Amino acid sequence: MATHELVRKETPFAIEGVKLTKSFGDLVVLDEMNIQIRRGETMVIIGRSGVGKSVFLKLIEGILRPDSGDVIVDGVTINNLDEEVLNLVRKKVGMLFQGSALFDSLTVGENVGFALFEEKQLPRPQILEKVRDKLKLVGLSGIESLDPAELSGGMRKRVGLARAICNDPEIILYDEPTTGLDPITADSINDLIVRMKQKLNVTAVVVTHDMTSAYKVGDRIAMLYDGKIVGIGTPDEIKNSKDPVIHQFITGSAVGPITDKSRYLINSENHNSH
Amino acid sequence: MLQFSLRKKLYFFIYWLQEIGEKLFVILQETGGTFILLVDTIKSFLSTPLRWKETLNQMQKCGVKSFPLVFLTAIFTGMVLALQSAYQLKKFSALQFTADLVSLSITRELGPVLTAMVVAGRVGAGMTAELGTMKVTEQIDALKSLATDPVRYLVVPRVVACFFMLFILTVYADFIGIAGGYIVSIFKLGISSDQYINRLFIALFPKDVFTGLIKAFAFGLVVSIVGCFYGFRAKGGAEGVGLATTMSVVVSLITIIVLDTFFTAIFYFIG
Repeated sequence: MATHELVRKETPFAIEGVKLTKSFGDLVVLDEMNIQIRRGETMVIIGRSGVGKSVFLKLIEGILRPDSGDVIVDGVTINNLDEEVLNLVRKKVGMLFQGSALFDSLTVGENVGFALFEEKQLPRPQILEKVRDKLKLVGLSGIESLDPAELSGGMRKRVGLARAICNDPEIILYDEPTTGLDPITADSINDLIVRMKQKLNVTAVVVTHDMTSAYKVGDRIAMLYDGKIVGIGTPDEIKNSKDPVIHQFITGSAVGPITDKSRYLINSENHNSH
Repeated sequence: MLQFSLRKKLYFFIYWLQEIGEKLFVILQETGGTFILLVDTIKSFLSTPLRWKETLNQMQKCGVKSFPLVFLTAIFTGMVLALQSAYQLKKFSALQFTADLVSLSITRELGPVLTAMVVAGRVGAGMTAELGTMKVTEQIDALKSLATDPVRYLVVPRVVACFFMLFILTVYADFIGIAGGYIVSIFKLGISSDQYINRLFIALFPKDVFTGLIKAFAFGLVVSIVGCFYGFRAKGGAEGVGLATTMSVVVSLITIIVLDTFFTAIFYFIG
C-alpha cells in the first residue's frame, strides 16, 4: 500500500536498512540485510560484482523497492511511499551512477542543473550560476555547453557528481566511482569524494570493489557477501580482520571460502595439469 | 511403473505445456504492462503541465520527418489501387467506378493502416531504441533519482506527439492516395478529370473519412505506447536494446492489424 504522508522519526542514522530482502526471479540478491549508516560518515560497501551493492543504493534512492524489510532514509521509511512523496526524500539524496548516466540529449550544463530546471523554483540565471559553482567544486569549468559524448570517462564522473550535488543533498551515493578509470584519474575521484565530505558535510555511501579507494575514502567499511553484511568496521579493522571471507576479498585471492563456478573451472584445470 | 518411452513422452508433454504457459504468462504480463503505462500516461497528461518544447520537438520527429515516407507509400498505393481496380472493372465496362474504389479503400482502410505501419517502423522503433538505450545506461534511473517522473518527462510528449501526428499524416495520406489514383486514371485509364472528381463526391461520405481517422488516433496511441513500453523494458546492453526494438515493431504491427479488424467490424455493424 502506498502511503501519502511523510512520517519522520528522529534518528541518529542517515540511512538504515532493516532486514532488507530483494530478489530478481530466482536470484536472491539481498537476504535480510541489516545496516546502519551514521550521519556525516562515509560508509564504503565492498563486495564482489553482482552481489547486490548497486541494488542497495537503488533501494535507498527508491528506484527499486525491497521485497520485504524497511529502508529508512533520514528517519523516513520510504519503501511504501507514493512516488510524489518519495520525490521529496529523493531530493535529499544525490546519486552518482556507475556509467555516470548523463542525459546525452542535453548539454553538460543542462545535465548538472537538471533537477533545478525541472523544479522551476529558481530563476534561470541563478541556476546557471549554481551549475557553474558545482562544476567548479568538482574541478571543471567552462564546459557547460559541451555534449556529454565529448567528455572523457573521468570528466563524465565529475559531471555526474556535479549533477548529484546540484540540489545540495544531505546524502550522496556513489556507485563504483572509480571503476573503469585509470589509477590516476581514479585517485583524483577519491580525493573528490573526500573533499565533498569535508566541504558539504554530507553522509556518503560508496559502493566499490576497489580496495585502494575503499581505504582512502571510507570512515567505515562494510562487506556484503551472500546477501548479508558479513563484517563492518574502520578501514584498519577491516585490514586486520580475521574473518576468512573478508580476508580473501581484501587480499584479492582466488582461494578461500568465496567460490564460484569460474573458480571451480580454473581449479579443476590446475588439478588436471598437476 | 510406466515404461521408459512412455515416461519420456509424458515429460515432453509436460515440458511442452510449461513452455506454452511461460509464453502465455509473458504475453499477459506485457499486455498488462502496456495498459498500465497507458493509464499512467493519461493520468500524468491530465495532472501535470505538458512539456511543450519537447512535445513540439517530438512532433517534428514523428510527423514532419515521416512525411516523405508517408507521401511515397500513399501515392504509390493510390496508383496501384487504380490500376488493379481498373483491371477488374474493365471486364464489366465500369471503368468510371475506379474513383469509388480508390477513394473508399484509401480513406476507410489503407490510409490509416499503411501510415500507422510506416510510423511504427520509423518512429516506434526509434522511440524504443532511444528509451531502451537510456534504460540500459541507467539514464531512466538517473531521472528518477533527480525526482523526475520518466513517464511525464519522456512518455507523455511522445504519446501526445504521435497521437496527433499520426492523425495529420493520415489526412495527408488520404489526399495523396486519392491523388495517386487520379494521376493514373487521367493519364493511363482515359477517365476524364471531371468524371473522377464527380464520382469521388458521389462515392465518398464523411462517415468513410471519419472512421478512418478514428482508427488513426487509436494507432497513434498504440505505436507510441508500445514503443515506450518496450524501451522501458530493455535490459542488458546493445543486444537487449535491439531485441526490444524488434519486439516493439512486431507488437505494434500485430496490434494495428488486430485493432483495424476490430474497428472495421464495429463500424460495419453500427452502420
